[in-house]
Amino acid sequence: MYDCTIIGCGITGAAAAYLLSHYSLRLLMLEAANDVANGSTKANSAILHAGFDPEPGSLMARANVRGVEMAAEICRRLDVPRLNCGALVLAFSPDDQHTIRELYARGLANGVPGLRLLSAQEARQSEPYLADTVTGALLAPSSSIVDPWEYALAMAETAVKNGLALGLGRAVRRIVRPDSPSGKDYFELTDSQGQSYQSRFVINAAGVHSDQVHAMIGGHNFHIHPVRGQYFLLDKNAGRTCSHTLFQCPTAAGKGVLVSPTVHGNLIIGPDAEAVADPDNTATTAEALEYVRRMALRSLNNIPFGENIRNFAGVRAQSDRPDFIVEASPQSSRFINLAGIKSPGLSAAPALAEMALDLLAQAGLPLKRRSDYDDSRRRTRFRYLTPAQQSELIAADPRYGHVVCRCETITEGEIVAALHGPIPPRSLDAVKRHCNAGSGRCQGSFCGPRIHEIIARELGLPYEAVTQNDAGSYIVTAPTKGTGSKGVTAC
Amino acid sequence: MLKTVKQLRDCYDVLIIGGGPAGLAAARAAWDGGARQVLIIERDSAPGGILNQCIHNGFGLHYFHEELTGPEYAGRCLDELADTEVELLLNTMVLSLDELPQEPGREALGGLLPEPVLATLNPDPLTGHPAHRVFAASPEWGSICLKSRAVILAMGCRERSRGAIRIPGTRPAGVLTAGAAQRYVNLEGWQIGRRVVILGSGDIGLIMARRLTLEGAKVLACVELMPYSSGLRRNLVQCLDDFGIPLLLSHTVTEIRGRRRVTGVTVCQVDTSRQPVAGTEQDFDCDTLLLSVGLLPENELTRAAHIPLDPRTRGAYVYENMETASAGVFACGNVAHVHDLVDYVSEESQRAGQAAAAYARGQGISGRAIPIQHGTGIGYTVPQSIHVDAAGTGQRDPAAAINLFFRVTRPQEHVSIALYDGDSCLKRWPRLRVAPGEMERLQLPPALLHGCGSGSLTLALEHAAPEEAGKND
Ligand SMILES: Cc1cc2nc3c(=O)[nH]c(=O)nc-3n(C[C@H](O)[C@H](O)[C@H](O)COP(=O)(O)OP(=O)(O)OC[C@H]3O[C@@H](n4cnc5c(N)ncnc54)[C@H](O)[C@@H]3O)c2cc1C
Ligand SMILES: Cc1cc2nc3c(=O)[nH]c(=O)nc-3n(C[C@H](O)[C@H](O)[C@H](O)COP(=O)(O)OP(=O)(O)OC[C@H]3O[C@@H](n4cnc5c(N)ncnc54)[C@H](O)[C@@H]3O)c2cc1C
Repeated sequence: MYDCTIIGCGITGAAAAYLLSHYSLRLLMLEAANDVANGSTKANSAILHAGFDPEPGSLMARANVRGVEMAAEICRRLDVPRLNCGALVLAFSPDDQHTIRELYARGLANGVPGLRLLSAQEARQSEPYLADTVTGALLAPSSSIVDPWEYALAMAETAVKNGLALGLGRAVRRIVRPDSPSGKDYFELTDSQGQSYQSRFVINAAGVHSDQVHAMIGGHNFHIHPVRGQYFLLDKNAGRTCSHTLFQCPTAAGKGVLVSPTVHGNLIIGPDAEAVADPDNTATTAEALEYVRRMALRSLNNIPFGENIRNFAGVRAQSDRPDFIVEASPQSSRFINLAGIKSPGLSAAPALAEMALDLLAQAGLPLKRRSDYDDSRRRTRFRYLTPAQQSELIAADPRYGHVVCRCETITEGEIVAALHGPIPPRSLDAVKRHCNAGSGRCQGSFCGPRIHEIIARELGLPYEAVTQNDAGSYIVTAPTKGTGSKGVTAC
Repeated sequence: MLKTVKQLRDCYDVLIIGGGPAGLAAARAAWDGGARQVLIIERDSAPGGILNQCIHNGFGLHYFHEELTGPEYAGRCLDELADTEVELLLNTMVLSLDELPQEPGREALGGLLPEPVLATLNPDPLTGHPAHRVFAASPEWGSICLKSRAVILAMGCRERSRGAIRIPGTRPAGVLTAGAAQRYVNLEGWQIGRRVVILGSGDIGLIMARRLTLEGAKVLACVELMPYSSGLRRNLVQCLDDFGIPLLLSHTVTEIRGRRRVTGVTVCQVDTSRQPVAGTEQDFDCDTLLLSVGLLPENELTRAAHIPLDPRTRGAYVYENMETASAGVFACGNVAHVHDLVDYVSEESQRAGQAAAAYARGQGISGRAIPIQHGTGIGYTVPQSIHVDAAGTGQRDPAAAINLFFRVTRPQEHVSIALYDGDSCLKRWPRLRVAPGEMERLQLPPALLHGCGSGSLTLALEHAAPEEAGKND
């Protein structure tokens, strides 16, 4: 019997798991994918928004401002890359000038610190490549960027280290409510592998599938209408094209496209907004990418799109309500929905988790703080160490002297450490999220086969069982005829 | 067998980054040129570079005058070093040249990390310049900084991947670069799919079309954006035609389908501006898409060392001795420009090795350097500049011809290559046919350039009357 089960391990579920694991509780988290942070949390703009955008008084406004305040502390404590780079909202017309003044006022109402309206000249001083058509900007110095998957991973890992049971590759398929005819006092959940669990409380953090999960207990008071957004990710050579996150003013034609550095030093450009029928439709299209490209070129004179290393798309869990849904289900006060968590969900996540804890407490979950909580987390990042520190590390473990991912300078030691971490990555894409190997300009075409071998070796998996991403994304089919000449011949 | 490093030296004469055919040939030449402290640093566990996974034959016809496989060619290059004391440091990745490795992203970890500083060095008495510094990581030696009078860049190239060509659709398993597929099949011993479409008709793609077919996979088509192939003609015949694999010229892949593994791709014809033509979509039911869409010289180190790169070759600007704009730093092989034939890599690298040895003993090149302008039809040249009066300076044998490699911008027949000094034509070389996929080479007699007075050389492609355009060499 679990005290609480969290369904879905995106940033929302991970934050809930992290906060809940501070208390003496038996916790379970079930995640459909074979790794954490594999939904919207891995495919977004990675901005910790300052909070000038949401309607004052809304849940979104409160959760955003509180969430980023908590994020600063959590990232520091759990060694998550986060950079306070600031943001500019660019104006190109008198209408836009009006909009940035409105945003400024809204930001003040929401309690956003440091906002300032800049003239075109001031804006250009901080961003030399701004388009000539920029007429002014709103500066939000507290806007930050984060590594979204490491943020989720760090919180989930810490929860696991402190006793949370995590089931990966286990989609919840069926939930039987406590008050149904069975007469039991707990939820009974069954996963895609046929295993059942009993839990007294449930948090639904299933992202774009949260309406389906809610429907499992007969809840139908919200629906998700997924909205896809597409991106370019440019090489680090282009990473200094701008130093702030550059937003455009929302207009009748759309919310505008942003250009931003990432914490890893790349440049990210996107997204558009397009309603899609299938919540898992993360395909990219030529039309949308062209739209993004054109829109982004309004902000900056010259964006080196030739340096593109990857395109991707994420799906927003837009619901039929204007605000985030953070409430107990009408079906059961012990079933908490964290649903419709569209942008700024990444920014708001820990605040949403905090609210979920309140709701759980109100519904009768006893929250007793633990005294033995371990939230130390330090990552070895070879590339950022001084030569002396690197040598010391290599002397202790020579695998840190073997650079496997040449584009990002990730060593075998780091990959092995990730594979033996609290949440071992089991696919090439998961390794990429857990330690950056394969995320660089060659996108794993050089290190892919090498990482494949390390995963198989360290996890004791058959070579052919290592996948690109989720189950079924196999990489190799069968041994070659008479099997290959293992190892290199020359020498 | 090469000497492995027992002890790191204080300062090398010539340090070579990359132990592929380029690095190996450069090392031999540096040794022959009198350098005695020569080190090759290779990140892999064996030397040989990309040749180790090229188990097909077709290597060495020009250089060794026999047909070898890739690993055999690499073996020969190593044999050539047998009687030298060139040292080899394996499993060691060079992280940067002359500057401490700069990894973007450290700011995001909030000032926790100390910022290292690099001291300046005094000029070396022999070369007059401070020694170059090479930073590397090695399981055996740790994080090291090696000094050397001359450095040769021989890092080879990498493949362009999906992002560079922006193919829309899903992002499933089964989309690989041809080189990654080659590694899986030839070195790891695993097949990568059963029904394969290949995008791009570069040589690696062509070679893999044949290799996968021999392994029992069905290669459905090779799709090429341009109206001509970028591969060698012999590979088109031996790898596609011989196996009945269709080559779809002026076509491209416009969509990838499949959530977990590729389930199909859409192929479209393109118009003259290379845009897909609506209504020409063909669906292929396949589980694999191989990308053979070009190679990029691996110049991250070069760029970080602020050595100017030529946007056309994507390699460093080099003089005829393969020296870059940074005195004492040379580049050769695929890192300087992408070669089709390894034989030319070896030859070019010998020149780099010789010149580096001369530099290390204080005989650096000097004098008047003239850039080569590109006339019509010329895609790039290597070298980009020539010291016209350097013959007999210790860098260059007065009788030796100067090699000029170049590529044309599009396939043409019955042309001549013309070299101009200002407005006056120095010489014309006839060619029956030229194509961007086949690198061309000219050997310029030193006397030809000696009087070069205008300060500007131009190479151009001109139409020739059919009878003038004789044979192809
Ligand atoms: C294009 C785009 C840009 C964005 N930009 C920003 C931004 O810059 N800043 C910001 O603050 N926010 C941004 N957001 C919003 C932010 O990304 C999301 O709010 C956040 O990632 C939502 O996290 P989540 O955990 O709720 O959902 P997800 O990350 O989608 O996680 C849900 C998880 O539930 C799992 N799941 C689903 N069904 C089941 C089941 N039946 N059983 C078990 N597990 C299940 C899924 O596999 C998934 O892992 C953006 C979103 C998008 C799409
Ligand atoms: C698939 C394929 C098929 C080919 N087929 C033919 C053919 O049939 N006939 C023919 O003549 N030619 C062929 N070629 C061309 C020929 O193999 C290449 O031109 C030649 O290998 C290039 O030599 P190189 O030394 O410049 O580069 P590489 O062979 O790529 O060697 C570069 C070396 O540098 C090392 N290195 C790179 N960066 C670092 C670093 N930072 N630190 C340490 N070491 C580093 C690499 O590990 C590698 O060993 C083929 C090439 C390929 C890729």
